[in-house]
Amino acid sequence: MNVGWSLLAVIVLLLIPWIGVGVLGLDSLFGIVIPYACFLVFIIGLIYKMIYWAKSPQPFKIPTTCGQQKSLSWIKHSRLESPFTTWEVVLRMFFEIVFFRSLFRNLRAELQGRRLIYGSAKWLWLGAILFHWSFFIILLRHLRLFTNPVPEIIQGLDFMDSFLQTLGVPPVYITDVLIIAGLTFLLLRRLVDPKVSYLSHGSDYFPLFLILSIAITGVLMRYAIKVDIYGVKHLTLGLVTLKPTIPDVKIGTIFYIHIFLVSVLAAYFPFSKLCHMVGVFFSPTRNMANNNRYVRHVNPWDYPVKYTTYCEWQERFRDLLEQAGLPIDDEWCKEQQQTQKTQ
Amino acid sequence: MYNANKVIPGIIIFILFFTAPIWLNFGRLEAIPQPELPKGEKKCVESKEYMRAYHMKLLDDWRKKAIRENQYIYINSKGEKYRISLQKTCLKCHNNREKFCDRCHNFVITHPDCWHCHFTKEEAKKWQ
Amino acid sequence: MALPKPDELLQNVNLNRTPSQHWMDIKTEFKPGTYCYAVEPQVMKDLGLPNLGSWQPHDEKWPLPENWKEIVRDAIKTRMERFRSFKLFMDICVRCGACADKCHFFLGTGDPKNMPVLRAELIRSIIKGEFSTFAKLFGRFAGARPLTEDVIKEWFFYFYQCTECRRCSVFCPYGIDTAEVTIIMREILHELGIAIDWAMKPVRFSHFIGNHIGIQPHTMKEIIEYLVADIEEITGVKIEVPFNKKGAEILFVPPSGDYFADPGIYNFMGYLILFHHLGLDYTISTYASESGNFGFFNKLELAKKLHAKIYEEAKRLKVKWILGGECGHMWRVWHQYHNTWYGPVNFLEVPKSPITGTVFEHAKDNKIIHICEFTADLIAHNKIKLDPSRNDHVIVTYHDSCNPARAMGFFEEPRFILKHVCNNFVEMPENTIREKTFCCGSGSGLNTDEYMEMRMRGGFPRANAVEYVHKKYGVNHLACICAIDRAVFPALMNYWVPGVDVCGVHELVGNAIVLDGEKERTTDLRYRPLKGKEEEV
Repeated sequence: MNVGWSLLAVIVLLLIPWIGVGVLGLDSLFGIVIPYACFLVFIIGLIYKMIYWAKSPQPFKIPTTCGQQKSLSWIKHSRLESPFTTWEVVLRMFFEIVFFRSLFRNLRAELQGRRLIYGSAKWLWLGAILFHWSFFIILLRHLRLFTNPVPEIIQGLDFMDSFLQTLGVPPVYITDVLIIAGLTFLLLRRLVDPKVSYLSHGSDYFPLFLILSIAITGVLMRYAIKVDIYGVKHLTLGLVTLKPTIPDVKIGTIFYIHIFLVSVLAAYFPFSKLCHMVGVFFSPTRNMANNNRYVRHVNPWDYPVKYTTYCEWQERFRDLLEQAGLPIDDEWCKEQQQTQKTQ
Repeated sequence: MYNANKVIPGIIIFILFFTAPIWLNFGRLEAIPQPELPKGEKKCVESKEYMRAYHMKLLDDWRKKAIRENQYIYINSKGEKYRISLQKTCLKCHNNREKFCDRCHNFVITHPDCWHCHFTKEEAKKWQ
Repeated sequence: MALPKPDELLQNVNLNRTPSQHWMDIKTEFKPGTYCYAVEPQVMKDLGLPNLGSWQPHDEKWPLPENWKEIVRDAIKTRMERFRSFKLFMDICVRCGACADKCHFFLGTGDPKNMPVLRAELIRSIIKGEFSTFAKLFGRFAGARPLTEDVIKEWFFYFYQCTECRRCSVFCPYGIDTAEVTIIMREILHELGIAIDWAMKPVRFSHFIGNHIGIQPHTMKEIIEYLVADIEEITGVKIEVPFNKKGAEILFVPPSGDYFADPGIYNFMGYLILFHHLGLDYTISTYASESGNFGFFNKLELAKKLHAKIYEEAKRLKVKWILGGECGHMWRVWHQYHNTWYGPVNFLEVPKSPITGTVFEHAKDNKIIHICEFTADLIAHNKIKLDPSRNDHVIVTYHDSCNPARAMGFFEEPRFILKHVCNNFVEMPENTIREKTFCCGSGSGLNTDEYMEMRMRGGFPRANAVEYVHKKYGVNHLACICAIDRAVFPALMNYWVPGVDVCGVHELVGNAIVLDGEKERTTDLRYRPLKGKEEEV
């Protein structure tokens, strides 16, 4: 059900620009207005989200420690898994965000009769890393359409990504293959693994289908249903230089489908689980140092609580204390009363 | 807002990253180059629209035909015949690589293989 | 209902089969053995907390207050404003399922709502369904649902089926910590007056008397004197225990389980022998007589209430620093919460071992030290006379108690001690120890008898790893540094792996320490014959 509706939603989204540009000829709506609007929603939405999170304090320092704490000088502490200094936290976050370190730990548990067996399960990590890294490189590579002249580094990236020249003209982008492989794996896993399938919402399939269609339209545009890329860059460069124009020559409808789906993704981003892209930086179990007893963490909404004071307690048990030969401390109670009065 | 000292730089980095295309062009933006079309000839082997999007595919097909299949006749969508040859057909009209081919290719960063083997007349003159 | 036999318990558990119904359509069933009893109203009244009168979870209709929805909505909103962790965790989960088979309750029940992701989804769906217009529009497609009384029942069932062990948080790519979600959800239920008896009575005792079981000061002294007498009988050495001693250098705060219940008492004897051996200038307090904290299993405010005593006592007795006993969640509270609640602790000094001179720099701000840190330092400096052969009748494996492991990074210190006080130390399989350690299945206030079936299920992964080393290496002792572990493991071991005893690390230290002027020992602290001394006993 969820899968069907998500797929249907993406198909509908595909048809909108197809009809809008292909039939109605609304090139500037789909080429200029919608991309601008959605980009703004993306930027403002994510800034809103970050401020929304930041508006709540993190009251306690609660890192999840996955390695030895820093304690005695002769015990080697785990700098990455139990960071003590800010620098170590930065390193931990770097490995977390860039290499998905926690996901790399993944295990699979199987119950065989009365025995629990654990095996390594790195496939999810592999699928995730393929998808995310390819997406990131593809994003950077697209700068060739948004800059003039194109920075050397982007040219180099583009050259490296397409260095496999044997598979025809134009050369295949490695990341194109990898992102589709990664996405397909993630999608199949969600469909096939009974646990993951059971816990998935429609909103988990939708972005997968959406990004997959973005990748596929992009690939089609490069290898099969070609468009005039010179014209495309006219349009894209116009967008970033804030002098948007629709080029005189007609660009194929597939381009508008591609850019529309990207726009939808951008607008959907801040208001869905995809906001984990910025959210991961805020994660208190990862971005805090395990130095609680060394540096005090202040909770801004901390308030005093009423507890049973020594004097109240002593009053209650005075007789028993005396009988048991335990010391009575009236001096302290007098002191406490006086300090209370002066306050 | 809490942890503003980290969140605000974070937001700034975020904005800078996603608006990179805008400021990467700042102060160095060049005008969009116009490829120089052949002066005399108005008609290419296929329509202008087709050539703009698919010329690399056509050239690739020509290469395969000429080199691997020993075929030298190309019949276009209108049924007209052309000789399959980069040097003798294409470069006959588009005789200036720099002003025609390179202007677009450098603009959109594509790396055609043509010049690994072929060269234009002007280039040939330089070598002589 | 009687507890099923070990072989029957897991018959219906299949980790790869899911129900045909959507999880939102499955109503919670309260079967005996799988839930804890509701709190007695008087307990809540005594502590000035809202209560629902007399009721039980299996009642068809719960006596929720008329404006319960409003209370819950406000409670959620307040928590969102106060806890960035909660707000963030509600937003960023991508349901990748990495956590799914990491929870011991899932592994022991196969119930999909015990997958950490779905446990969090129980509240995430309500936040979407109640506060987000968009999600309301898309309903189940977006994972949203309305707040109903059944949801409250479900929350009660599943948030008291999480032991806040943080194992899922280790594997989550965003570090989403279900313990944090559970803590907050229990607080929200508390605002309706929903709590469990087993976790609340100790709070009342701790608050008014000082420790979980309500041991009054004179009784505490008596019990400890009994232990001292046992020590004298076993070692021939008479030990003095200082109570409420002003001007002592160190305030020692043990979990009450260690001087109250078997096998904790042997651990306590271990502490006493160690302190005597060192001639340590310390004191035990009958006012701050509890280092564990059941408040933490109910409401953070209650947790803060209970431990405030420790700092007042340290101030009153003018000690220099505080030493804490072996306990799990306790050390999460001590390590991650104390300094925020009670700091800056200016009236104490940076902990310095009076024996070795080691300054515990890492605790320089909060001035509290774990006894294993203290002992490991002593052993490293060769300051204790040890005879590890006195533990030769023991083949021991070490259970990383969840909270010291995943909230403190406490791995090497206890191992270092064990390796020096025993000759036979064996590790359990790699994926079940250290940061991947499994909970005892009864943590966070769920160690009650009416919950036995669920406890045996939740403890199964841990017990299974013990069974492995028991069969392979003949392990007969499970050492741990948690009072709840010591209270619940005997039942768990008895059920799954008969023949494995449970002990604290310092019990073994106590066995191994050679006291000045002691007689030749023939038994360990439990009066069991030492290896080679069987005939003399």
